[in-house]
Order: sequence, then C-alpha cells, then structure tokens
Amino acid sequence: MKHEVIIAGFGGQGVMVMGQLLAYAGMAEGKHVSWMPSYGPEMRGGTANCAVIISDEPVGDPLVSEPTAAIMMNSPSLDKFWRGIKTGGDLILNGSLIEKEVGRNDIHRYRVPINQIAVGLGSEKMINMVALGALLAAVNIVSPERLLSCFAKKFAAKPAILASNTAAFQQGYDCVAKRTL
Amino acid sequence: MLEKVLMKGNEAIGEAAIAAGCRYYFGYPITPQSELIEYMAKRLPEVGGMFLQAESEVAAINMVYGAAGAGARVMTSSSSPGVSLKQEGISYIAAGELPCVIVNIMRGGPGLGGIQPGQADYFQATKGGGHGDYHCIVIAPNSVQEMADLTALAFNLADRYRNPVMILGDGALGQMMEPVNFDSCKAMLTDKPWATTGMGTRDKPNSINTLQLQPEKLEEVNVHLQAKYALLQTQETRSEAIWTDDAELLVVAYGISSRIALSAVKRARDQGMKVGLFRPITLWPFPKSELADAVKMASAVLVVELSSGQMIEDVNLAIRCSKQVYFQGRTGGMMMKSSDIYDQILQIIAPQGGN
Repeated sequence: MKHEVIIAGFGGQGVMVMGQLLAYAGMAEGKHVSWMPSYGPEMRGGTANCAVIISDEPVGDPLVSEPTAAIMMNSPSLDKFWRGIKTGGDLILNGSLIEKEVGRNDIHRYRVPINQIAVGLGSEKMINMVALGALLAAVNIVSPERLLSCFAKKFAAKPAILASNTAAFQQGYDCVAKRTL
Repeated sequence: MLEKVLMKGNEAIGEAAIAAGCRYYFGYPITPQSELIEYMAKRLPEVGGMFLQAESEVAAINMVYGAAGAGARVMTSSSSPGVSLKQEGISYIAAGELPCVIVNIMRGGPGLGGIQPGQADYFQATKGGGHGDYHCIVIAPNSVQEMADLTALAFNLADRYRNPVMILGDGALGQMMEPVNFDSCKAMLTDKPWATTGMGTRDKPNSINTLQLQPEKLEEVNVHLQAKYALLQTQETRSEAIWTDDAELLVVAYGISSRIALSAVKRARDQGMKVGLFRPITLWPFPKSELADAVKMASAVLVVELSSGQMIEDVNLAIRCSKQVYFQGRTGGMMMKSSDIYDQILQIIAPQGGN
C-alpha cells in the first residue's frame, strides 16, 4: 500500500507541520515515509505545500504528481492540485475558505468547515489538526491514535495544547466519519 | 539500535558530521542549505565545538584551510553560487593535501540562478573546479539516510587520503525529511603528524605551503597528487546496481534523479521490460569499470540528470561510446517526473508503441 498525500494552503496555516505529523506517524507504524516541502521565497500568506509518501515499500521518487489523498486549505491550492488527484482518491476541502465546487465525480470529496470548527474550539491555530482528523476519517493512512501520540511527542514542551488539539482532531474526524458535512 | 528520527537532509548532514567528530564549521548562509548552517550553529557549542558564520564564502573556505592545517575535523557548506566562490580555497586545500568536507546542496544555475534543486555543478565538482590538476573526492547521496552515512564516510576518507571531500547533494535532498539514524556514523580518527600544531617534541617544524617556484619541485608535487588520485580510482569507487544483470536498457542517474529514475525503472520492470538502474555514489572517482560491467547486456543507456548533460560525458567515456546513449534532463530548478522517464524508456525500448 502506498499513500501519496499533498497538503497545501497559505503559509501560516500549518501545512508543513501537518505533513510532518503524518510522516512521523507513518514512521512510528513502521512504514517507509518521505516528506518533501515546497520551498522558496515564502512568507506568511503565500502558498505552501508539502508532499508526504507513506508506503510499505521503500520510497523512490519523493515527488507526488498524482496524489491518492489531498488536503486543500485554500482556493489557490485547490486550483493548483485538483486535476492531479488520482481517480478514487480522497480530497479534504476547507469549506471555510473554498466556495467553488470541484468538478470531479471520480474522487471522494469532503467539504469540511475547517476554520469554523477550529474557531469554535477556541483557536484558529488548530485548523491543521481539524484537517488531519478529517483526512484520517476519509482514508486510513495511519491510525488516529498514532497520529495523536506523535502530536504529543512533537509538542512535548507544550503539554497544555494537547487536549484542545485532540478535540480539534476529533471534531474534524467526526465531521467526515459521521458525514455531518 | 538507535531509534530512527525524521530529519531534513541538511540536518542529517550536520548531525552525522558531529557524530563523525567534526568540531569546526565555517560557513555563510544560502538557500537551500541554510538548515545545515543553522543546525551546526545550535549543535556545535553543545559538543564543545566551534561554529563561526564567516563574512563570506571566501573567508569561510580559508578558515577551513587553516583549521584543516591544524588537524581539525572541519566542514563548510554552501549552495552552487557560494561553492563557486570557494573554488580558489579548495584548490589550495587540495594542493596542501588537507582533509576537510565541503557540502554543496546544488540549486539551479548558472549565475545566481534560482533556489530550486539542480545538478548542474557536476563538472565543477568532479573536474577540479578551481585551478590546477586536482580532484576532490565527490560523493552523491540519494536519501536522507545516505546524507548521514556518506557524510561520516566523507570525514574518514578525507583523513585517510588527506584530500578534500565534497558531498554533492541538491535542494530536494537537503529539504526533504526521511527517517534516519546515525548508527553507522563513527569517527575513525587518524594520527595527523603533519598538522601544524606547534613544535611540541618535534625537532623540525611542520609547514603547509602550496607555493613551489621551482618547476621541478612543483612537478614532484603533481606527480605525488596524481599517484594518490590513481589510488583513489582503484580503491574508492562506489556505486549501486539495480536489475542490471539482464538489463537491455540501463538508466544511469545519481542523487535525487536516481530516486525519480528508480520509480520509472520499477514501473518498466513491472511491465516486463528489461530495464536496470546504475547509480554512481562516488562521482569522482567515477565508477567506470562497475558501469562498464553493468552495461554489458544493454543495447542502450539513458542518462538522467537535473542539468543539460554533464555526467553523460563520464558515462560515454566509461563505456567508450560503445552503446547508444540517450539523455533526459531538466534545468532551472525543475525536476522531471518519473512518468517522463518512463515514457522515454518506452520510446527507446518500443519506439513503435509496443512489440
């Protein structure tokens, strides 16, 4: 099994950390993983994306041009990546910032009000955990428990944020799992 | 066994260097290798080492020259335009037979170029780069784990042969994260009785000098260097051969390109095509005889590089132009897709669209 994930959004939305958490969790599950960021003269508000591969086999090409799953946090990102998603793939759309429809009936589309959910839980900073929850409900790339334990490990210096981010993750997860879209 | 950690290639080079006993680093920041200088700034003081951000690349390489002369395990790093600035110093270091590690995380060129990945510094790295008849040992990792393992190897080779070693990576390898451990990164320290560390108990001072005004003396220096390079060519070539035994088409690529090529080669194998991959790990000394062996069954070769075609010249020399050699390259910081390579494999093997 090979998951190829693109996560894209504005700089500052936490897309790089999202990808890293996914890669950490994959690694913790004994999979082969790679994380490849876009890099450049970037700034808060500019676009940013990363490609994560989680695979049973060693990773060859670390680039992803046909993702099996994607999280699109804003409209410019969606414009860039929606055509490439593999047939049968999963697309998490940030419904809070993306209004347009995606003209692809051959993929699973999940419109999640990511910003609203995070704000409702107290902080917009948690949008990335909402998005990851949604992704893992749509496709079983790594177990939710593993992802949360990797979060706890990565942010061990900030134990205070664990409970709220777990709640954010759970609400994103439920939003897709229970199809309250 | 130590636990694997998820790290960027740039950071892995830094940690491996420290594990291999590097305690001195001089450099100047440049994208896409700045994580390495940042890592050394943080880590070296923790292990009692010395980090110094120089005023320029030229200053940094000359600080490396000095530290290497004093027998230290020392490293500098930069990216393409910065490495060009270091060339004079590298020539001096090679002439003085001083061990050091120089990292080039290549970006698109020429000129200031861009900051996205490239492999267009192959000629500069493998053919000397500065003035005079000299070579750096040039090592090309293709994963974050190899960034670590080969960095440690680089320090050990540098000391063993008293020669500068260049790690030739690219922006993609520097920026990407993969699991890595540092189990195999060991410092194999050697005595350096030649180092300029003060008289001590010696009765004759050590000196490091690259000026030889007497032509006879200078020729002796060159003969000595060439003997070392000849030894390196017989002893230190490294390469990886995948499915080459029965390969009718041999793809040759190094560094990040070899990863992209491997995905295409795998796909072609799945389709029953006899395609193999040959990956030089040392770019200098170039694994000529290994390549000549790998290519025996092949009727054609496809070289893949992020350049307009540089390593392809060494491939042609190694196989003495005995096969048809095709090329696929991207420049400007663009990377080919594995499907682009696959399409070309198809074209070469079955030009009429299948047989």
